[in-house]
Amino acid sequence: MADTAITVEEVRKRYGDTQALDGLDLTVARGTVHGVLGPNGAGKTTLVRILSTLLRPDSGRVEVAGHDVVRQAREVRLRIGLLGQHAALDEELGGRQNLELFGRLHHLGARHARVRADELLERFDLTATGRKPVRAFSGGMRRRLDLAASLIGNRDGTDPEVLFLDEPTTGLDPRGRAEVWSAVRSLVGGGTTVVLTTQYLEEADQLADRISVVDRGRVIADGTVDELKALTGGDRIDVVLRDAGLLGAALALLPLPAADVTVDPDRRLLSAPVTDRMAALSAVVRALEEAGVEAEDVALRRPTLDEVFLHLTGHDDRTKETV
Amino acid sequence: MTTYALTDSWTMTRRELAHWARQPGRLVVGLVFPVMLLLMFGYLVGGGRGVSGDYLDYLMPGMLALTMAFGLEGTMLAVTQDLNKGVIDRFRAMPMADGAVLVGRSAADMLQSAVGLAVLIAVGLALGWRPQGGPGSFLAAVGLLLLFRFAMLWIGIHLALVAGKPEMVQAVQILVWPVGFLSNALAAPTSMPGWLGTAVEWNPMSRTATATRDLFGAAGPDAAHIWAAVAWPLALLAIFFPLAVRRFTRMSH
Repeated sequence: MADTAITVEEVRKRYGDTQALDGLDLTVARGTVHGVLGPNGAGKTTLVRILSTLLRPDSGRVEVAGHDVVRQAREVRLRIGLLGQHAALDEELGGRQNLELFGRLHHLGARHARVRADELLERFDLTATGRKPVRAFSGGMRRRLDLAASLIGNRDGTDPEVLFLDEPTTGLDPRGRAEVWSAVRSLVGGGTTVVLTTQYLEEADQLADRISVVDRGRVIADGTVDELKALTGGDRIDVVLRDAGLLGAALALLPLPAADVTVDPDRRLLSAPVTDRMAALSAVVRALEEAGVEAEDVALRRPTLDEVFLHLTGHDDRTKETV
Repeated sequence: MTTYALTDSWTMTRRELAHWARQPGRLVVGLVFPVMLLLMFGYLVGGGRGVSGDYLDYLMPGMLALTMAFGLEGTMLAVTQDLNKGVIDRFRAMPMADGAVLVGRSAADMLQSAVGLAVLIAVGLALGWRPQGGPGSFLAAVGLLLLFRFAMLWIGIHLALVAGKPEMVQAVQILVWPVGFLSNALAAPTSMPGWLGTAVEWNPMSRTATATRDLFGAAGPDAAHIWAAVAWPLALLAIFFPLAVRRFTRMSH
């Protein structure tokens, strides 16, 4: 128990005709960030709602922070924080009012709730919002306050033992996304266990120690970021040329395994998997310069979720299969 | 953990009070609306079919009961709005007492209704309405009205939990009018066709209006009327209170 924060065994949940979770297993080590990666409808939100005591599983066993989520829901609620997909805030009230409200309901006591609210406003750079009601906040500010509220946490005024983040950056602009990412990183040092669901491999890669790939209510792959990348064909390099006519020449001269390179003449693009990111990048740039082939863009990127699914399941997206 | 039931409920009540402080306009509109109805029916529409004596004496208890009945849609709207916001998930994932969300709502609504009654009574007095029954009867009448409001409140909570959609609130907002008017609030049932008169007599709101009319009147209360005005709201509460609480705690299953 000491080193496991979350245990999920054979959990099933059905809504009408939809089997949202179909025998899902998951183990999360204490103090780590665990990414749950999957497309829309894979069962990520159902999983988070069960882990955070909002939903009862039909069958299976779920333990969070050493307590059963069904039989000991209150014990679990004392130890968790939840950041749902939609802002869980009182829109009429200001930032401080929200945090004090949640602090009191966490039974911190009036004075402690005030202190904790101040501390969190400071930490998430929201002190300047003053009495402004949440509905007048920008998207990024709202998400930061939401995250602050999910950290109200323990009675001793520390962060919660386990934090659930359900697609924390969906719908945010790049700046908002960066803000949330840095906030999540700052949490990890404090010993909080984080479960993060996302549709973006990039996000899981940035934040998570381990990743579980979920499809149709089951975990179809599980491992460290590196293990998963190896499974999915790793990173890719994309080279966009100025002149589509030189694609053939570039293919011949670039230090890339020709069999793995895909060529897209419409986008004047060569794309190939790479193992050593930086070595591949510099080798490609050097080869292009030496040959005098002008490139418009050379970029390293993670495989997309579609590419991961293509590797793991043979179908690149569940929606395509049902069409 | 029940030790937190009171503090958590109070915290949730304070949340509503904070909403009022934020948007006093909404509160004022809610208070002015029944006054407007009173003026409309007392002076503009005029009448009171089958009513003997001063119409204001007949109308005032009716309007007070009608205001309590209309509270149902206010409660339903507020609960529906809460349910459709993410904030309810945060409440549910916190270690707060189970019923606190609903108890806080009902405390705030009862407070608002008490203020609403006071405003309407003050306007009535300014218009020349004079309760005859003495302070004890006066308080008993207010008590019966609030008891009726309390029953309406839990019906409102239950409807919100069952329907859960803003469109349903609109339907109920429209429906409370005929149901409210299908009572003896504005006109005596004796003036209506037989079947309608019977339906009106059976409307729980009519019982509350009749009993408060007795208590405000010079003739004094009729025990059967008072018991009916106590029993009906209690019967409604016995049905809807447990239904609503069960529905709320079950929402996660």
